[in-house]
Amino acid sequence: MIVALFVPCYIDQFYPQVAIATLELLEKAGVEVVYPSRQTCCGQPMANSGFEHLTHDCDELFTDNFGDYDYIVCPSGSCTLHIKDHLHSSDKEDKADHIRRHIYELTEFMTDILQVKQLNARFPHKVGVHQSCHGQRGLKLSQMSELVAPPFSKPLQLLKMVEGIELIDLDRQDECCGFGGTFCVAEEAVSVKMGKDRVADHIRHGAEYITGGDMSCLMHMEGILRRQNSPVQVKHIAEILNSH
Amino acid sequence: MSHSDKDHPKLAEQFNADEPRVDWHDETLWWVRVKRDKAARSIPEWEQLRETASRIKNNVLANLSEYLIQFEEQATRNGITVHWAKDGKEHNAIVLGLLQKHGIDRMVKSKSMLTEECHLNDYLQQHGIEVIDTDLGERIVQMRKEPPSHIVLPAIHLKKQDVSDTFHEHLQTEKGNNDPQFLTQAARIHLREKFLTRRAALTGVNFAVAETGEFVVCTNEGNADMGAHLADIHIASMGFEKIIPQRRHLSVFLRLLARSATGQPITTYSSHFKKPRKGAEMHIVLVDNGRSTQLGRKDFRNSLKCIRCGACFNTCPVYRRSGGHSYHTAIAGPIGSILAPNLDMRKYADLPFASTLCGSCSNVCPVKIDIHDQLYKWRQVLMKEGYGSTIKKMGMKGMTFTLSHPGFYQFAGKAGRWAMKAAPFIINNKLNPWYKQRDMPSPPKESFGEWYKKNRK
Amino acid sequence: MSNRDQILQTIKNNQPATASPLPDIDFPPDVSKPACDKFIEALAGIGGASHLVKDYEAINAIIKTAYPQAKRIVTTCAALPAGEHLSADADPHALDNVDLAVITAHFAVAENAALWVTEDIVQQRALPFITQQLAVIVKKEDILNNMHQAYQRIGAEDYGFGTFIAGPSKTADIEQSLVLGAHGPKTMCVFILSGK
Repeated sequence: MIVALFVPCYIDQFYPQVAIATLELLEKAGVEVVYPSRQTCCGQPMANSGFEHLTHDCDELFTDNFGDYDYIVCPSGSCTLHIKDHLHSSDKEDKADHIRRHIYELTEFMTDILQVKQLNARFPHKVGVHQSCHGQRGLKLSQMSELVAPPFSKPLQLLKMVEGIELIDLDRQDECCGFGGTFCVAEEAVSVKMGKDRVADHIRHGAEYITGGDMSCLMHMEGILRRQNSPVQVKHIAEILNSH
Repeated sequence: MSHSDKDHPKLAEQFNADEPRVDWHDETLWWVRVKRDKAARSIPEWEQLRETASRIKNNVLANLSEYLIQFEEQATRNGITVHWAKDGKEHNAIVLGLLQKHGIDRMVKSKSMLTEECHLNDYLQQHGIEVIDTDLGERIVQMRKEPPSHIVLPAIHLKKQDVSDTFHEHLQTEKGNNDPQFLTQAARIHLREKFLTRRAALTGVNFAVAETGEFVVCTNEGNADMGAHLADIHIASMGFEKIIPQRRHLSVFLRLLARSATGQPITTYSSHFKKPRKGAEMHIVLVDNGRSTQLGRKDFRNSLKCIRCGACFNTCPVYRRSGGHSYHTAIAGPIGSILAPNLDMRKYADLPFASTLCGSCSNVCPVKIDIHDQLYKWRQVLMKEGYGSTIKKMGMKGMTFTLSHPGFYQFAGKAGRWAMKAAPFIINNKLNPWYKQRDMPSPPKESFGEWYKKNRK
Repeated sequence: MSNRDQILQTIKNNQPATASPLPDIDFPPDVSKPACDKFIEALAGIGGASHLVKDYEAINAIIKTAYPQAKRIVTTCAALPAGEHLSADADPHALDNVDLAVITAHFAVAENAALWVTEDIVQQRALPFITQQLAVIVKKEDILNNMHQAYQRIGAEDYGFGTFIAGPSKTADIEQSLVLGAHGPKTMCVFILSGK
């Protein structure tokens, strides 16, 4: 099994440690990982802004980069969902189709494909989990609070394997943080208010760290925490699962 | 996106100037969402019920013209007069004509979002007709000359001291008495006099049954019934998508409606109007006003399945923190944001962007409208049709170029990170909307791409 | 072409061509609790009161003691001696001073405490709304489980007006604080007749 690592652009540029943790986690699980070096972005920033019709070149590049691997794994629910729902190619649609069906967000790849049963990780801290909407409601990584259906959570399933971790409960278990791509600047006032409220829920319940599967949500909350001079930190779930 | 004074980001920013009030608005509506969850969980077959409702509505859309003809036939047989209106203007003219025919210049009205959509009150007032809204929340906002901010909870943007001030001004209630019980009692006395003296009553319609020609109106206050049963003429205004095939289908919708809306097991009154009262007249106005156009939009026709429960408002984290008036249209919230562009793309181009696409709306919708997917699709339509600003388009083209040219992407990333370190004031300033209330991430010394080249292979 | 025909033609042109068959409505009733117990619980949850009674005499006795302030009591229940009996021809406006209306319901629904009432049994459509307080009589064996059973029972019945009434009239339009007695009855009580 050869896995191509897809690193979202903002992780590549701002949070390389998240990509390193993802790579190491997969390698530790015995997977052969390749990082296609010409990769850039999934095209979601344009598409969510209403410019899906301009993403053609981006889509072709993505198809060229990732079309030849057994699986594509990405440490972001949001970018994964975008590819799954929207990737198309004008002359390599079979490859695009293969990608759409074989791209996985990191935690679901670990629980569903690798079927990880134990981790050699230790993180002795109080941690709040932020469910990114695209991971949760889009990829269905965990049960959604709106539905009358049995609970499950792939990220929690993994976090519970981490030694010493104390997971906190929240008042609103799956409320959006307000990042929302370009929403975070186009609707600055509401975006920030949503972020402040989300962060406050974690702080109220004693979180030392806020974790999640999407660094974009965490970057937004980190911006707010820093402005508040809060000691609470954000950490991508890959970093916690890979910590010792 | 539109750059008038009335776009959602600007109005939302104004709403956010008073943070404690935003907190109150958010928490109050979240509490309604929690009640909805509890009510839904009391029904083990809830998800199956939603699926059933959704499929009944799919059937309605596919057979709409036939059901409308059947309804007209049955209603006429029952003694109800059926009118057809192409748009809001025609609807208003029909209502005015009926009132004038009976020499009536004062009317009571219960909640009807359709009449808000058609701006009926303004029109009738211009023609010398007094309209009194009788739903408590609607009466409050009517006195304040404001539109409702929520389709189910029209005055949810107001605090009790606001209502107290308004009632002191209009009903001469005791100044500073903010007790909801007291204020409601004052409104009860004020409105009872209207019910007893007005000869015409207008109501909305929640459901109309093709099979039987009857229509159902749901209220908690009893105001629709008080108006209709005491008036000589009852006019019901209905968007034509409110039709359902058979009477037994009401069981599905009545189980879902109030639980989704407020968490009640059913509204206090679910009144079935089938024939006019002895000696009285009953009219129903079937209104199109853009609905048939929406029906023809494949990606958006499902929005016509809406039963106006307001659950998507209550769950929407953006609505809760921006208030109904920030949507500058009769029906706010997520559902309003997919209905409004159908009526006027330029005016409402901002609304599909007033969302993070979190998807919670689609999950609470009792008829399973894919609201957040439609928001995404409206964005594509609006930008393709040229309703985006030039600056935004240039930015997007630049971004597209960068992200489809790996060499340029790597260079731009490096230059950007260098700039953040060497000259952070370029990015960390008030012109950058990110930085206004959030810090930027600290730039790392190298990208993952650069690290990978050094550490692997 | 008339307005009507034009609208209908556009709808016909634009409605989806896909066949969307009507689904079965097949939801088994919740039998975890007796319907009567569930009804009483649901009624209490929406601000209503209930009395389990054996016969009409018991109802009469309760009315006498529970509504001492009521000056005008109107009833549409032939079996009740107490109260004024209404005619279908009366002017509904004249009901404005009714303090208590005692009516019967065809049946009740346990899942939401709704009672089904039609014009022929209330005589005046306005009565259950205009009265200050409302009392409804229903037979214990007429408490159905859910709304699907309710519409099965209604079937193709022909009425001019019918309504489900669930509790006293209410509003929460001021700061979401619940107030009983918006425009209609301020209280509602249900007499559940269990007499053999």
